[in-house]
Amino acid sequence: MSTTRTEPCNDTRGDALRNEDLSISQILKERGVSRRDFLKFCSTVTAALALPPSFAPSVAQALDEVKRPPLVWLEFQGCTGDSEALLRSANPTVGEIVLDILSVDYHETIMAAAGHQAEAALDKTITDYKGKYFAVIEGSIPMKDGGVYGCVGGKSNLERARQVCGGAAATIAIGNCASYGGIPAAAPNPTGAVGVKEAVPGATVINLPGCPCNADNLTATIVHYLVFNKIPALDGHGRPLFAYGKRIHDNCERRPHFDAGQYVEKWGDEGHRKGYCLYKMGCKGPATFHNCPTQRYNEKTAWPIGSGHPCVGCAEPQFWDVMSPMYRRLPNVPGFGIEHTADAIGLGLAAGAAGAFVVHGALSAMRKDKEPGEDTKED
Amino acid sequence: MSDRCKFKQYVWELPLRWFHWINVLAIVVLSGTGFLIGHPVTLGASASDYAMGWIRLIHFVAAYTFTVSVASRVVWAFIGNEHASWRAFFPMFSAKGREKLRHMVRYYTLQTHQVPETVGHNPLATTAYFFLFLVYLGMILTGFAMYATHAPGGIMFKSLGFMYSHFTLQGMRLAHHLGMWLIFGFVINHIYSAWLMDIKEHGGEISSMFSGYKFTVKKGD
Ligand code: HEM
Ligand code: HEM
Ligand code: SF4
Repeated sequence: MSTTRTEPCNDTRGDALRNEDLSISQILKERGVSRRDFLKFCSTVTAALALPPSFAPSVAQALDEVKRPPLVWLEFQGCTGDSEALLRSANPTVGEIVLDILSVDYHETIMAAAGHQAEAALDKTITDYKGKYFAVIEGSIPMKDGGVYGCVGGKSNLERARQVCGGAAATIAIGNCASYGGIPAAAPNPTGAVGVKEAVPGATVINLPGCPCNADNLTATIVHYLVFNKIPALDGHGRPLFAYGKRIHDNCERRPHFDAGQYVEKWGDEGHRKGYCLYKMGCKGPATFHNCPTQRYNEKTAWPIGSGHPCVGCAEPQFWDVMSPMYRRLPNVPGFGIEHTADAIGLGLAAGAAGAFVVHGALSAMRKDKEPGEDTKED
Repeated sequence: MSDRCKFKQYVWELPLRWFHWINVLAIVVLSGTGFLIGHPVTLGASASDYAMGWIRLIHFVAAYTFTVSVASRVVWAFIGNEHASWRAFFPMFSAKGREKLRHMVRYYTLQTHQVPETVGHNPLATTAYFFLFLVYLGMILTGFAMYATHAPGGIMFKSLGFMYSHFTLQGMRLAHHLGMWLIFGFVINHIYSAWLMDIKEHGGEISSMFSGYKFTVKKGD
């Protein structure tokens, strides 16, 4: 069946490494990760968690002692971009370390097992470690018509989500699809796609939206749980404050250009080449909470605005609908044609009002009205 | 034209006039700066300039002034004279108010030549003011909700939590922008009507917002 599946990174582990008694640092040692790399990793994660650097030793100590929790990773209605982002994440492959420190018992995209065998492994993990394992959900959950639009092994995504998320210590909804429905939920949302929290309201869900999610934030979230033994503080949309507590616009490297009044007016113009603010090109940084400007991607080298593309708001609920049009600052006015901007409508309103009163004024001026007298005075 | 004597009446007390003109000034400033926030022009010569920064600062200073003035006017509706009272804003809830409203509508739609006289607000105008105040409220809520996003977790952000759970930031931005146009629509109507009634009523309508006095056939108390 799955001949195209490549060797997964976690498949090379021997049975000894599956030993529950080994601590994370021991496992890493056996995996050939040097102490130095481990400490480097700890300080990176400490920074991602927005903790002061002095916390790094405590993070290291905690990870030294903590036992590896089992993790299952389910792929629902999404594009696997988050798995890709994780597998391509930076040196010393922080993501790899996460996969290594966690006992990933089930990950449809990268596991070697297939078919009923794989499903059985999943069932075993969620029964044996009930209340202790992590669930990572990638992709939205189609709810329409009893959930028939997304099935794996004869079970609907909804059914699986209820089963897996319900028994997990915590569920991490990775990417915008799992968090809020994402692109599959964009109007007209043919499959009735929703995020995990909406599909399984009783579950403890941490949303890590983004398209894709930044793998560093996933690592940091898991480390936070391992170190503090509780989920990080969340905002009103269920996102960890350490990663989603600030607006992009307020941490953006182009912000001085915004304040100065220097804007890109056209793709490739002088301002664009000089790195001016992308506000007029439809940047949604002022409406988006995410740590992209500081955390960045690809070994912290780049992020969309840094590369000259306006933010599309991918960390916000229903971004595909509410942040569109992508290259305009304001949404279209509902009920009007797409070429009608708010200003065209406003101008029409004002011109209509002015026109009506010019006519009314002319008519009134020509009329001989009767001034208020005894009979029309206010009584 | 009648040559009858009119009575001088003190209708608009000083605070009400202040609130009116502060609001007018604030709206002019807010619209000007708001327009530049919505359609910024590249004004900065170097990255260390602060053109947009100042424009936004002026917007926010005017916004606070406006909000305080609007709130004060609402409070004044409970302590000011009968013409300023909140009751004047709901003419449709009394038989007399409905009667005056009907006359006013008939006059505005050119169905009668009888110019109605109103000592305080004309009942059609107060109905418009009521909707205007709803727009004010919308502008203030969306404005402060957008403003507070620079400090999530702050008191302002927390107390506006209901805004974020019901509306998206982009939706608020659009509503705030459209609200400005609604206010423009009102103002065009409003200035025209003030002008019209000044001419037709001969009661010193426009100057009453400066002096507080109107001149009416009806004798005051
Ligand atoms: C009658 C009153 C007001 C008018 C006509 C007005 C007008 C505007 C306009 C046209 C914009 C640009 C919207 C866009 O296209 O994005 C704007 C932006 C804004 N206004 Fe107002 N506004 C008013 C009151 C307020 C109030 C009371 C506040 C409260 C603080 C406020 C805060 C803001 C903020 C925060 C922005 C966005 C600025 C930014 O993100 O840089 N406004 N305003
Ligand atoms: C931004 C522009 C304006 C706005 C939003 C506005 C709004 C209002 C409001 C809300 C009231 C009710 C006052 C109260 O009860 O507190 C009012 C009354 C009044 N305004 Fe304005 N106004 C504007 C500009 C003007 C201008 C330019 C004039 C002068 C031509 C004017 C003349 C008057 C007069 C004469 C009244 C009393 C009318 C009545 O009997 O209801 N207004 N205005
Ligand atoms: S590029 Fe976008 S996020 Fe950055 S300052 Fe400009 S508007 Fe804000």
